[in-house]
Amino acid sequence: MSEEASGVVKKFLYINRKAPYGTVYALESLEVVLIAAAFDQDVSLAFFDDGVYQIAKGMDTKAIGQKNFSPTYKALGDYDINKIYVSKESLDARGLSKDDLMDLKYEDEDDDWAEKDSIHIVNSEELADLMDSQDVILSF
Amino acid sequence: MQLHVVNKSPFEKSTFESCLLHVKKGSSILFIEDGIFAALNKGKFSEKVKNALENYKIYALEPDVNARGMKNKVMDGIKLIDYSGFVDLAAEHDAVQSWL
Amino acid sequence: MALDVGGKVVETDEEGYLSNRDEWSNEIAKAISVAEGIDMSDNHWEVVNFLREYYEEYQIAPAVRVLTKAIGKKLGKDKGNSKYLYELFPYGPAKQACKIAGLPKPTGCV
Repeated sequence: MSEEASGVVKKFLYINRKAPYGTVYALESLEVVLIAAAFDQDVSLAFFDDGVYQIAKGMDTKAIGQKNFSPTYKALGDYDINKIYVSKESLDARGLSKDDLMDLKYEDEDDDWAEKDSIHIVNSEELADLMDSQDVILSF
Repeated sequence: MQLHVVNKSPFEKSTFESCLLHVKKGSSILFIEDGIFAALNKGKFSEKVKNALENYKIYALEPDVNARGMKNKVMDGIKLIDYSGFVDLAAEHDAVQSWL
Repeated sequence: MALDVGGKVVETDEEGYLSNRDEWSNEIAKAISVAEGIDMSDNHWEVVNFLREYYEEYQIAPAVRVLTKAIGKKLGKDKGNSKYLYELFPYGPAKQACKIAGLPKPTGCV
């Protein structure tokens, strides 16, 4: 990536509110996140409403002829994307809990590469605060 | 009797609820694509689906259920079918109403 | 485009990336490396195989930065740096090694 890209670090939030496969939003968002990771910004991801289904575990897409891109979320830690916020209200409404989600982790460089959880379950008030504190919000 | 096909998430669109208002007793409802999120044994719509099972035959397309990681979460009483089962259902009914 | 591998024709895109990842074999990798002007050593294979394993697990070809870090973790610091990787793959480790590994171009590479 070019040198001009470095410099000011802004807070970027990617908002994911759509289920995977039925529409292309989830995959598009993931690709943008991976591409933009090269710019070394302060990135957070939020999953709420049907977006929580994007990180559900146990997907098997063989029979629908689409690529199962859910394993790629597990690479986000390698891309230094480790702030993933998931709405408690959205999980509750869907009868889901953290156990139904993939185990997304990262290795903390500042803590002897200790493996830590990337996922934080938050309520709507915390999500509102998160959105309110951003420089850039990208919505999918 | 008609086959009613719901392909949108009940959390995003009102098509499932509209379907329930307009479906005759004895008809069939089939959940496909993001519609399968209405077919789960837990969550906001489980009570509605449970009640609907008393009046309608309800199906969910298994490939769409599995793709979304919802295997083992489908409500008891909802029959899982594959693509050829979908074709059979369409052929068995007088007409298909797609709740787009 | 197409590549001739011992008489067998293998489809690639206009930049030389394999069209069908499942067709990949060591022979095809060698043929692509020849087209890229690379003489495959054990060190080259190590990176190519690492990329294939990474793709298998995460369904993406990693960006150079990610590849470098991951190689360093798995194969040691002396290999997990861009100098070492660019010596093996002068036109870019992610681009060239991915091509030889039969993977798509890394997301974000132009």
